[in-house]
Amino acid sequence: MTTQAISPPRPDAGPGDGPRGGFGAVLRAEWTKFRSVRGWVIGMILAALLMIFIGVFAAANSTIGCGINGGAQETGRACLPYVPHGPGGEIVTDSFSFVRQPLTGNGSITARVTALTGEHANLSAGPTQVGGGTMVPGLVAWAKAGIIIKQSTRQGSAYAAMMVTGSNGVRMQYNYTGDIAGMAGSASAAHPRWLRLTRSGGTITGYESADGTHWTVVGTVQLTGLPSTVQVGMFATSPGYTVTQNSFGGASTNGGPAQATGVFDDVSLTGSAPGTWTGTTVGGGGPAGLRPGAGPGSAPYTRAGGTFTVTGSGDIAPVTPGPGDGLPTVTIGQSLAGAFLGLIAIVTVAAMFFSTEYRRGLIRTTLAATPRRGAVLAAKAVVIGAVAFVTGLAAAVVSIAVGVPREENQGTVLLTAPVLTEVRVIVGTAAMLALAAVIAVALGAILRRSAAAITIAVVIVVMPFLLSALNILPAGVGDWLLRLTPAAGLAIEQSIPRYPQVATFTSPIQGYYPLSPYAGFAVLCLWTAAALALALIVLRRRDA
Amino acid sequence: MSAAVQAQPAATLATAAARGTGLRDALHAEWTKLRTVSGPAWLLLGVVALTIAVSTAAVGATHCPQDLTCPVDTTKLSLTGVQLGQAVVAILAVLTISNEYGSGMIRTTLAAMPNRLAVLAAKAILLVALVLAAGAVAVFGSVLAAHLILPGHGFTAARGFHPVWLSYGPTLRAACGSVLYLGLIALMSLGVAVIVRDSATSIGVVLALLYLFPIVLAFVGNPHWQHRLDRWTPTVAGLTIQATTGLRSLAISPWGGLGVLAIWAAAALVAGALALRLRDA
Repeated sequence: MTTQAISPPRPDAGPGDGPRGGFGAVLRAEWTKFRSVRGWVIGMILAALLMIFIGVFAAANSTIGCGINGGAQETGRACLPYVPHGPGGEIVTDSFSFVRQPLTGNGSITARVTALTGEHANLSAGPTQVGGGTMVPGLVAWAKAGIIIKQSTRQGSAYAAMMVTGSNGVRMQYNYTGDIAGMAGSASAAHPRWLRLTRSGGTITGYESADGTHWTVVGTVQLTGLPSTVQVGMFATSPGYTVTQNSFGGASTNGGPAQATGVFDDVSLTGSAPGTWTGTTVGGGGPAGLRPGAGPGSAPYTRAGGTFTVTGSGDIAPVTPGPGDGLPTVTIGQSLAGAFLGLIAIVTVAAMFFSTEYRRGLIRTTLAATPRRGAVLAAKAVVIGAVAFVTGLAAAVVSIAVGVPREENQGTVLLTAPVLTEVRVIVGTAAMLALAAVIAVALGAILRRSAAAITIAVVIVVMPFLLSALNILPAGVGDWLLRLTPAAGLAIEQSIPRYPQVATFTSPIQGYYPLSPYAGFAVLCLWTAAALALALIVLRRRDA
Repeated sequence: MSAAVQAQPAATLATAAARGTGLRDALHAEWTKLRTVSGPAWLLLGVVALTIAVSTAAVGATHCPQDLTCPVDTTKLSLTGVQLGQAVVAILAVLTISNEYGSGMIRTTLAAMPNRLAVLAAKAILLVALVLAAGAVAVFGSVLAAHLILPGHGFTAARGFHPVWLSYGPTLRAACGSVLYLGLIALMSLGVAVIVRDSATSIGVVLALLYLFPIVLAFVGNPHWQHRLDRWTPTVAGLTIQATTGLRSLAISPWGGLGVLAIWAAAALVAGALALRLRDA
């Protein structure tokens, strides 16, 4: 503390400026600090390598054994059922009973649905088969029966349909992902539902009516690539029956087959059609456990005069992750399982980036050189955030590139995502790691202790995920944790959209979070902002 | 290394060495270090508070409606907080040794206590004693909360749920086992910290050991790997001690699982002891 030690301020340096003034210089100073500590650089490289290793390991071991064939349990590609792709490229389920005739050119079909009934597995009585003796009456929420105009009987071909559903009223659905709500309520003899579809070129219009005279348009859709001759008729199908405990998550989800029976009368066709009906079971193979129709070889429909009774099982919908479809599925997110290990390593380095300065007393030098404490905090956050982002991005790209092809070899159906979604998942993972690193820097500044800062930064992301994913907590509570804690940011890894017309379950393992990707990410951003604000207040108030 | 030091009477050196090697002295010294800083007390309080808070929240949020069967292990549910409490235990264990490396105090400690194993043993004994004490309070509080709350949430004896209380054998085993679990986590973390020395890196490694395996287990579908992870990883195997239902479907018996964690802790401690013995401080 001699007088010589205090050098007079240089004329060009205003009060509060850094040695060379400007935020750029502070940024450069912090970057120099980071890159010159060999342990930190190694830590980041290690983070990337561990992330890739765990991700590829998880991808290569996502196998779920399937049926027994010749005494040995089958695994790998032998398990893969045939999976059709819809017009949009997504993997779909397309299995239903179809009473059809070809329609050439423009025309329409009208039918009255007087009943939709169903039966499903009696889950308390052990494994069951459709057509077996242990089915009990009951209708699955998205059991459906109605009229359909379909490109062909090929699975995955384009279609538009008007239908009554188990408990979701009248709907118009098209090309697997499209879903428009019509009137509510179920169909019965007293309250029948009239449905109509008209084709005009590539345009299909769906109508509904409660009395057959007053018609309402439900929706108008364009189907591309519709040939001049299409298949029109009546259909019935029902997705599998699943029971999820209201208070507990996926662990207690139990499923079995289900089938739906629709009763139609007053069926009329306009346009050029032969007039004879053919019964077809589309997708006779179906996913495991689902056997469309009342059984192999039996007709999917019966006819008494003008009344048709159509019974079917399956679904016409996109395949989503989770237990609902009876297909073992895996998403690209599986290959990012290592992000958690990457998170721990990155957060460790990030917390040290600030708290180490307190241990060594370097913080006093830093703050003497840059009296604007906010600038120091910002520079550290930017440097560590950028480093974490680049590390996470590289690791995520390699994880996906190496891991995803291995997922496909596991006998599970890989639910691919469009390129843009894949980019969002990869960049989002990197951004999530960057934000976690910034939170760790802020905690390091607040607590001045690395151990506590690291533990908090890791636990606030990992614990909610674990408690929810491993069903340690009841599902509802787990969902709230994944909405409110920084772990909400993990939602950015969701690669398959949620469809209202498919019963799905919140399963973080399958990439389904209670919040949408960007909403979840916004929650993480808010937490990061809060941590930075608190760090700034503490830094300004406290002596270093 | 001056001549004056070497010229000291042999008797004085011997006495000093004898005083510095006794485990009792080491314990006394370590106890003084622990109780004269506020950190450990706060962390122990944190173990108790966080464990009870998370357990109570988990129990309080769980209902079993009348018309549903609830496949829930009420004892395990009531001990949910251990999942978080173990993180605080890990911080305490890591700081027990890495704070000394951080401040350079370790050189003073080892100069005063040349018997390094006695130092480590003293630290381990005190740490385990404190963690067991705090763990017992935390677990008892959690069980008490479940005992009071669960019957009102539909988990009644009439519906086949054993009351969560220590008079029921499996619950007693799970509760005592959870306390021991926290003690073993402390020992494993201490071992890691002795090897790694730096507090931040140590806590990173320990957190990975605690939480990575359950996460990987959640993602891996391969039954062979699931079985291996269930049986041989420290936290997954160790926490089977909390299971009181479906014991037949467990990959490892409850006490066997705790034994696996004990092996991890012992391995970490032995490696730590070797490192402390062989390395310069």
